[in-house]
Amino acid sequence: MHTGVSNPARARIHVIKWEDQGFYLPMSCRQCEDAACMTVCPKEAIYRDKAIERVMIDDDRCIGCKMCVSACPFGAMGFDDRSGRVFKCDLCGGAPQCVRFCDMGAVDYVETTRFQYQRMREAGENLSELMRKHTGHTA
Amino acid sequence: MALNRKIAYIDLGTGEVRIETIPAEWREKFLGGRGLDAYLLYTHAPEGCDPLGPDNVALISAGLLVGTLASASARTHIMAKSPLTNLLGSANMGGFFGPEMRWAGFDHLVIRGRAEHPVYLYIQNGEIEIRHAGYLWGAGVYDTQTLVRRELGDDEAQVLCIGPAGENLVRFATVMTGRKNAAGRTGMGAVLGSKNLKAVVCRGTMDLEIKHPKEALEYNKRIIDQVISTKVSQIMQRWGTSFIYGATNTTGLVRTRNFQYNQLRDSEDIECENLDKHTFGMDGCFGCQVHCRHRYVIKQGPFAGTYAQGPEYTSQGAFGTEVGCSSMNTILTGNHLVNDYGLDTLEIGSMIGWAMELYEKGILTDKETDGLKLEWGNDEAVLEMVRRIAFREGLGNVLAEGPLRAAEKFGPESLSYLIHVKGMSGLHSDERATPSLALNIAVASRGSDHLRGRPAIDLYNLPMKVLDKIYRNPDGYEGPLTNNYSEYEGKPRMVLWQEHNFMAVDCLGVCKYHTIFLSPNHPTFGEFEKMIYLNTGLEFSAMDLWNIADRCCTIERLFNLREGMTRKDDWLPDRYFDEPTKLGLPGVKGKCIDREKFTAMIDEYYRLRKWDKQGVPMKKMLKRLEIEDLWQR
Repeated sequence: MHTGVSNPARARIHVIKWEDQGFYLPMSCRQCEDAACMTVCPKEAIYRDKAIERVMIDDDRCIGCKMCVSACPFGAMGFDDRSGRVFKCDLCGGAPQCVRFCDMGAVDYVETTRFQYQRMREAGENLSELMRKHTGHTA
Repeated sequence: MALNRKIAYIDLGTGEVRIETIPAEWREKFLGGRGLDAYLLYTHAPEGCDPLGPDNVALISAGLLVGTLASASARTHIMAKSPLTNLLGSANMGGFFGPEMRWAGFDHLVIRGRAEHPVYLYIQNGEIEIRHAGYLWGAGVYDTQTLVRRELGDDEAQVLCIGPAGENLVRFATVMTGRKNAAGRTGMGAVLGSKNLKAVVCRGTMDLEIKHPKEALEYNKRIIDQVISTKVSQIMQRWGTSFIYGATNTTGLVRTRNFQYNQLRDSEDIECENLDKHTFGMDGCFGCQVHCRHRYVIKQGPFAGTYAQGPEYTSQGAFGTEVGCSSMNTILTGNHLVNDYGLDTLEIGSMIGWAMELYEKGILTDKETDGLKLEWGNDEAVLEMVRRIAFREGLGNVLAEGPLRAAEKFGPESLSYLIHVKGMSGLHSDERATPSLALNIAVASRGSDHLRGRPAIDLYNLPMKVLDKIYRNPDGYEGPLTNNYSEYEGKPRMVLWQEHNFMAVDCLGVCKYHTIFLSPNHPTFGEFEKMIYLNTGLEFSAMDLWNIADRCCTIERLFNLREGMTRKDDWLPDRYFDEPTKLGLPGVKGKCIDREKFTAMIDEYYRLRKWDKQGVPMKKMLKRLEIEDLWQR
């Protein structure tokens, strides 16, 4: 998408696998509000793009020191040994291709203000049966 | 760039590794994957070589489009002279190994010789190292992958390996990757075992350039949408190939109790819906949205608690109908065992079913089975036989030699019960009522095979205009076609077309469930043409691809002829002709194959292929395909 090549080393998203358990977890940049990569950059090459709420890299300022690669607690910062610059997920400019191609819906791109309610409703499903009985809602 | 991947010639005896570019001419003539492997096998395996000897070459390849923006471009192909049939050995597997081999810089490996001690190949970014595998020898397929990743400190490495069956030279041992991706048929695992090659491990971070990335991405989305919109894909996404069992069993198309029946009654437990009790989700291969296999945990028995993947439709036959068992737990356990030992599930099911019929008829007794009751429906005996075959114990040691060599031990009467073509056991389908499928297994290049030429859509009785659109292109065939699966006419063309379609897809390294196999609405030559152009820049018309497939199928034929195959091997066991089916729906019950009509189909198939009456490709055909120098007799 970004580089015109197929190469997991240049991918902005990875799937971590526990192959002997059949469990898989997609991992990518969290676009942190208080990003460790931003804090640690000695050249202020990492900034926040508030237009689509993403953390971006200024390639002209980046010196390839890789402090951000070290600092990111999610391992989301990659280093491109050809360009000598770091790279990360930029949400594909607002239309993440990973989400587009994942038929299972294992990765999704949702409004953060809505996300809490989505998760809370999913969790509430488990409780709701018990609560319905307890409060006499049998419909 | 996809076209700059290398070929490596490795001699395990001397330790020499020679890395070369793949000539552009080879891409133009053979594309890659299975097609190029056929040419390499023909030119590198000496005529008459011992399949388990050092002169046999093991070819491992990733198809032309593997790892690119082509949907389901995951597949690895293995080829060698088969220790099971002494003819063409060829098998294909999915998973994630193929793309990793490409990212590590290689498309083809040509491995000859024999290492003195167990070794594995470690391929990293253009370099190949031969490393000690002593500590891996004896490990099952699952453990091998875990152990080698631990040794290398790299969980992202992809591993192709054999299990104990391959180490023990069981002639139908498989090559595996992941939890269940099996290069299953023809015993390729034994070839690797005979070379003391336990595994090939890849880890790559080299760019695989896509020629027209934006267009390739968009075209891929179109292909994905096309594939997953079909009914077949949607069912596969939910149930995997196990969905095929219900309809085919009801119709009467599954081998039961070896070949005595064509339907298993009271087998509700093994219907696919019961998988919901066991599965915790689906799984898939690189780049594929069909994710057609289950992840499950075995619930009962000595292997309870084991995580495995599958089962395929083939296992419902192998550990179900063919051995008279009707327990889902047996299928799930059997599937796990063959994946971990590295054994061909189709061969094993057929061999055990055959042994059971011999036991029933008294040709095998408790003396040969060491007291094991090989009776229909004896789940424990089936699973125990799997183990004995993997480790060559007692009767297992005889069966491990494959059907024809075992028949030599059991005596000539045993042959009359054996279901095989060219020495490879039949698969789990019963083709007595379906002439087109019967023709497919008789003429397939690797023996009794359903994945290289099966016109499965013949079973759907589709409208003629659908068949015309598929089977008359791209070369404009004008002869007969029929849409009733009981008919003989027109079927040779359908088999030939499917053989070319599957060859093309195997050259590309794309999954067969993404082409016209179970669904008539999936991609074929026209789409392959675009996929190839957008991802690699190579320009082939649909007709070019057809001709390449023709060429590669012909080379496979030449190899078999060179190794001693004749027309009489393009045939079926007598039971197909002499024993009518006992059960099933009206169109299927009481059917068997008509010898005269079948002979006429073979004649027609040869005629369409431009082979002579003995099934030998004619000189002018070889000239047209530009391979006349391969056949100088």
